[in-house]
Amino acid sequence: MTEDTALRAELLGRKYGGRRGGWALRECDFTLPRGRICALVGPNGAGKSTLLALAAGLLRPTEGTIEAPARELLAYVAQDKPLHPRLSVDDTLRMGRELNPGRWDSALAERVVEGGGFSSDTLVHHLSGGQRTRVALALALGKRPELLLLDEPMADLDPLARHQLMGLLMAEAAEHGTTVVMSSHILTELEGSCDHLLLLHGGRIRLDGPVEDLLAAHTLLTGPVADLAPHTVIESRTTGRQLTALIRREGPVEGPWETSEPSLEELLLAHLRTPEGAAA
Amino acid sequence: MVEYRIDRRSGVATYLQIVQQTKQALRMGLLEPGDRLPTAREVVEATAINPNTVLKAYRELEREGLVEARRGLGTFVRATLGTHPADSPLRGELTDWARRARASGLERDDVAALFTSVLKEHFEGDDDR
Repeated sequence: MTEDTALRAELLGRKYGGRRGGWALRECDFTLPRGRICALVGPNGAGKSTLLALAAGLLRPTEGTIEAPARELLAYVAQDKPLHPRLSVDDTLRMGRELNPGRWDSALAERVVEGGGFSSDTLVHHLSGGQRTRVALALALGKRPELLLLDEPMADLDPLARHQLMGLLMAEAAEHGTTVVMSSHILTELEGSCDHLLLLHGGRIRLDGPVEDLLAAHTLLTGPVADLAPHTVIESRTTGRQLTALIRREGPVEGPWETSEPSLEELLLAHLRTPEGAAA
Repeated sequence: MVEYRIDRRSGVATYLQIVQQTKQALRMGLLEPGDRLPTAREVVEATAINPNTVLKAYRELEREGLVEARRGLGTFVRATLGTHPADSPLRGELTDWARRARASGLERDDVAALFTSVLKEHFEGDDDR
């Protein structure tokens, strides 16, 4: 793996339920450059959590490889935010400090926990879901990782906390060049924050690359019904004489259509609605 | 110092919103030469947008000669944007014109459409960013 790469998979595959089970992830090839904020998107069961656990080194690939930074340089927050229930918030952060000698940023960890509406001597098992998320994120960010892997990090949070923590996350990334991979179903939330995209479907990668490039490669068009060749049609709908389509362009779009660049949400929804459609 | 307001539903690219809001602040005199723009960290912490978006906006402003990045210090305003004070003759003429338009029975939307079409005619092809 080169200096500029944070995460790389080659023909990565993982079966669930041992060797005889089905494939949770298959033939995944991608390279994530350093310093990107990557959205990991896909329907339930697409393989997002499996991919994150493989990247974190908690699962071994059934086939292929995945290269990630050493364990002390990455942080992973699993979907269920595992924490020790009998420890207080204070003790949990102290554990973070002791497990990460020389790296731990206690001021940052405390900032994440602040605003959660609980005192630091509260036991973890008395915390609400959203409060646990704060503590788990504090542990992960306090470690000052090079690569931060977050599985549905914002799902339990109220809109205010979500905005605050996303802001903190972006600020840390701005200052330290942290690479972030985060899975989420909240597409609008990813729109402004993420500059890289991995779209999984049925255990395979459907889209992968810088958001700007992916958006620029697609066009949303409306106009009279006609053959859209040579472009690749991702999704199209016909209402009376009007055609609405999202295409991946092959050369310039010529014809009587109104065209515009799709939003990230429009692009993702079109790809998610057409599971067998034209792959990237 | 300016504070950016990002509207994710506006359909305007986020970096352009920052560029436009900075220019607006320059026109209104809220930013003057020598003022420091907020750091990327400050902007993203307040707005939760991607850091590279802020850097892209600042690069664009720098390319247009409006700001300059000083290493280790931040990004500073270099120039103002041609502002016309509230009592300039041009404004007076426009006020007269708007009055006449109203008197002749035009509605607000008609006036806006007319003004936009004249703007388009005369500023077509200019860099409207």
